[in-house]
Amino acid sequence: MLDLTPKEQSERSALRINPIKTCQPVGAMYAALGVHACMPHSHGSQGCCSFHRMFLTRHFKDPAIASSSSFTEGASVFGGGANLKTAIKNIFDIYDPEIIAVHTTCLSETIGDDLVGYINDAKIPEGKIVVHTNTPSYVGSHITGYYNMITGFIKYLAEATGEKNNKLALFPGFVNPGDMREMKRLMTIMGVEYIMLPDTSGVMDAPMTGSYNMYPKGGTTVSDIKDLGNCELTLALGELTSEFPANFLEKKCKVPYKTLPLPIGVENTDAFVMALNHFSKNEVPYEIEEERGQLMDILLDSHQYTYNKSVAIYGDPDTVLGMAEITMEMGMIPKYLVTGTPGKIFEEKAKILFDKFGIEGCVAKSAADLFELHQWIKNDSVDLLIGGTHGKYVARAEDIPLVRVGFPIIDRYVHSYLPIVGYKGAIRLAELILNALMDRQDRDCEDEDMEMVM
Amino acid sequence: MKNEHAILPERTQSIRFSECSGDGSGIKCESESVSGAVSQRACVFCGARVVLNPITDAFHIVHGPIGCASYTWDIRGSLSSGEDGYRNSYSTDLREKDVIFGGEKKLAAAIDEVMAIHSPKVIFIYATCIVGIIGDDIDAICRNAEEKYGIRVIPVKSPGFSGTKKTGYKMACNAIMNLITPVELPEKTVGVNILGDFNLAGEMWIIKNYLRKIGVTVVANITGDAQVDDLKNAPTAQLNLVQCAGSMTYLAKQMEEVFDIPFIKVSFFGVLDTSESLLRIAYAVGNTDTIQKAKAFIEEEKNRVTPLLNKYKKNLEGKKAAIYVGGGFKAISLIRQFSEFGMKTVMVGTQTGSKEDYEMIQHLVDDDAIILDDANPAELESFMKKMGADILVGGVKERPLAYKLGIAFCDHNHERKRPLAGYEGTLNFASEINLSMNSPVWETISQGGMKYV
Repeated sequence: MLDLTPKEQSERSALRINPIKTCQPVGAMYAALGVHACMPHSHGSQGCCSFHRMFLTRHFKDPAIASSSSFTEGASVFGGGANLKTAIKNIFDIYDPEIIAVHTTCLSETIGDDLVGYINDAKIPEGKIVVHTNTPSYVGSHITGYYNMITGFIKYLAEATGEKNNKLALFPGFVNPGDMREMKRLMTIMGVEYIMLPDTSGVMDAPMTGSYNMYPKGGTTVSDIKDLGNCELTLALGELTSEFPANFLEKKCKVPYKTLPLPIGVENTDAFVMALNHFSKNEVPYEIEEERGQLMDILLDSHQYTYNKSVAIYGDPDTVLGMAEITMEMGMIPKYLVTGTPGKIFEEKAKILFDKFGIEGCVAKSAADLFELHQWIKNDSVDLLIGGTHGKYVARAEDIPLVRVGFPIIDRYVHSYLPIVGYKGAIRLAELILNALMDRQDRDCEDEDMEMVM
Repeated sequence: MKNEHAILPERTQSIRFSECSGDGSGIKCESESVSGAVSQRACVFCGARVVLNPITDAFHIVHGPIGCASYTWDIRGSLSSGEDGYRNSYSTDLREKDVIFGGEKKLAAAIDEVMAIHSPKVIFIYATCIVGIIGDDIDAICRNAEEKYGIRVIPVKSPGFSGTKKTGYKMACNAIMNLITPVELPEKTVGVNILGDFNLAGEMWIIKNYLRKIGVTVVANITGDAQVDDLKNAPTAQLNLVQCAGSMTYLAKQMEEVFDIPFIKVSFFGVLDTSESLLRIAYAVGNTDTIQKAKAFIEEEKNRVTPLLNKYKKNLEGKKAAIYVGGGFKAISLIRQFSEFGMKTVMVGTQTGSKEDYEMIQHLVDDDAIILDDANPAELESFMKKMGADILVGGVKERPLAYKLGIAFCDHNHERKRPLAGYEGTLNFASEINLSMNSPVWETISQGGMKYV
C-alpha cells in the first residue's frame, strides 16, 4: 500500500526522500536534557522547539522540556538579541533552572546572531549559568548537534584545577537512557569512578511519581561538568559521535582520550570492559564474566537461526556500525548499512568491519536515505531490517521483518528503558533478532514444516 | 516553581481565573508567544504543512534544511482512500553550500528529480525559515517548472517566524485557492464542499457517509482524503461546510468572494453538534426531501447511540475535564460534548483560539473554570492540579505530562486512533475517556508510581 518506490534507480543529487536523519538542534536539545536542572533553549522560530519536543516525546514517551526565543519577523530582520535577553530573564524568573543551554537554528545562524555577545550582555542571576552552542541545521545532522552541545558545556564549564579527581570521563554516544544506565552499571561493577556527559537516565525515563517535575532527578550536574577537566582519561564511545567533544576536552583541559566503538556486541563490549579494567586496574568481576558467558551460550544455542541471514541496517552512524558488528558476530550478513548523517568516515569504518569478518558484497553509505535503501532492497532483498520506526513502510512494502533499534522509535513502547549496549544489551538484541526471524519462520512455513521445538 | 501558578507576568492577560481576571477586556490571544516560554505552539510552516498534507496525490517538497521535512513526515493520521504519495517525505535538504550560494538550483533540480520518478499533478513547495533570508526566488522556480512540465507547482511561503501557526493556515488556504481557481467561473452543481476535516482516523468518511444518507452530494473534501482533480471542482459547489473554523474560515471567505459560495460553520463532535449541524446543512441546501431525511436520520442515530452513551455516562458523570487543543472551535465542541456526558470542564486552553472563540468558551464554562491561551506545561500542570481535573484532552506533548501527574488522557489531535467525529465518533470518544479514566492501571498505580519508596 505505501509503496511508491520504483525499482529502477534514477540520478538524485538535490532531492532527499524519506530521510534517515534530522537537524542539529534536536540533538542539542537531547544532550541538554541530560544535564541536571537544565533548560534547553532553542534560539529560533517557535516551530523548531515545538517539533523537537514532539519528536523527543514521541520517542521517549516522556515530557521533553525546552523553551524558545520565539522569533518574529522583526527578530529575523534586526537579530534575535532582544528575544534571547527576554527569554533568559523569563526562563530564570519562572522556570528557575540552574542552567540554560542555548542552541541556535538555521534561522539564527543565517542571520548571523552573535550568541557570545548576547550571553555576555544578558542579565544572569547570581549562581545561574547560560551556555550555548552553534547548531546550524544545514550542517551535519542531529548527531552533530548532539556533540556540539556536549562540547558547548565543556567549553563554558569544564576546568582543570590542577588537581586530578581520579575519575573517568565518559561520553556515551547518542544512545537511550537505558543504555546510559547500563554503562553506569558496568562502570560501577568495575569500580570505576566516572563523570558521564550527558546522562539522560532519570530524565527521559523518569519514574511515575504522581507529580510532574520539570527537572527530574537525573542528569549530569553542573559541578560534575566543571570537574570533567580534572578527569584522568576520557572514554569516547562511538567515534563519530564522541570523539569531537573528547578532543575538545583534551585541548582545553589536557585530559587524554581514547575512542571506542559503541559497546554493542561481544567484541565492542569486551573493548569497553577492558578499557575500564585498564583504568581501574581492578580485576573484571565474576558478575561481568558470567554475563559474557551467558551471551556466548545464547549465541551458540541459536546460531543456526541467524547464520547467513542478510540484514539491512539504517540509522545513526555509530549505532549502525555497532549493530553491524553484532549481526556479524551472530553469523549474519549486513548487506546494506546506511546512515543519513554525512561523513565518509562511516563508509571507511564499515569497510574495515567487512574486512575483519571477511564478508564480501556488502555496501555502506553515508548521507543516504530510506528511499535509496528501499530501491536496493527491491533489487536484491534481505531477510531482516534493523532500524527506527521510519523503516516500517519499507518493511511492509517488502514484507521483511523489522527489529526496532535506534532513533527515533515512535511506534513502540519500553525500548528506551532497556539497553542495547553491554553484554546484557547484546542478549536483548539477540532475543529481538531471533524472535523476529523465528516468528517469521513460524508464520511463513508450510503446515507440514511447522515445528513445536525450535 | 517560583510563583504559585507559574505564570509569567506577560502572560497574566492570556489567562482567566478568579484571581487575575476581571478587567473586562477579555482574554489576550492571537498574539506572538513570549520569548522564553515553554509554549506548546508550533510555527507558520507547521500550520501550512498540516493543512495541505492530507492532499493525497500532491507532492510536498520542503525547501530548507532537513529538520522541517523530518518532523512533518507523515505527521498526522490522515487516511487516504487511494493515493499515498503524501505519506513520503520530500526535501531539498539544504546544506551549508546552498545557504551561501542560494538554494534555487537545488530546488529546481529537486523538482526535476521528482518528475523523473513520478508524474504528480501538483507539487507544493514549502519555503521554510531561511529560504527568504538567503533570497531564493521560489515563485520564479515554480513558474518555470509549471511551464516545463505542464503541471501545477505552487509555492507555499511559510517561514516559521513570519507569524503564528494561524498564519500558516492562511498560507495553505492561499495555496489551495491558487490550485482551484479556474480561468472562468464554472457552472454550479448541486453539492457542498467540506472544509477543515483532515480525515484523521477516517473522520471525513463518516461525515461524507452522513451527507450521502441525507441526500447531500459532496463535491470536494478540503483537505482530508482530497485528490487534486476533486479539489479543482470545488468552485462548482453551492455551499461550503466549515468544520475546523480556525484553519478554514479564511478559505471559506475567499471562496465566498471569488466563487460566490456561501458557508456555514459546522461541527461533528458530539451528538448535539452533529445533529444540529446536519439539520443546518439540510436547511441550507434547502430542499424538503433533504430536511425530512436529515430529521429521520438524526432521530434514528440518536435513538441508536443514546442508550449506548448512557452506559458510559454513569462512569463519566461528575468527572472534571481539562482541555488543551489547537483551535478554539474544537475546544467549544469538546466543552459541549463533556456536558452531554454530564462532565464539567474545569480548564480549557487553545494554541490559536480567537477572541470570539474565547467569548464563547467563557459563556459555556462555569465562572471558576480556568481559560488560557497559548499555555505552557507549567501552567497546565498547576491549573489541572488546582482544579482537580480527572482527564486531559490534548495532543502529543500533553500526553506524558498528564500521565506523569496521574491524570487520564485522550488524544484529540494527530494521534487519535479511532474516529471521534459523528455519532459513532461520540461513542468512541466516550469509550476512550472512560477507558483512560477507569482503566485498571489506576488501581495498580493508585499510591503513585513509587508506592513503597
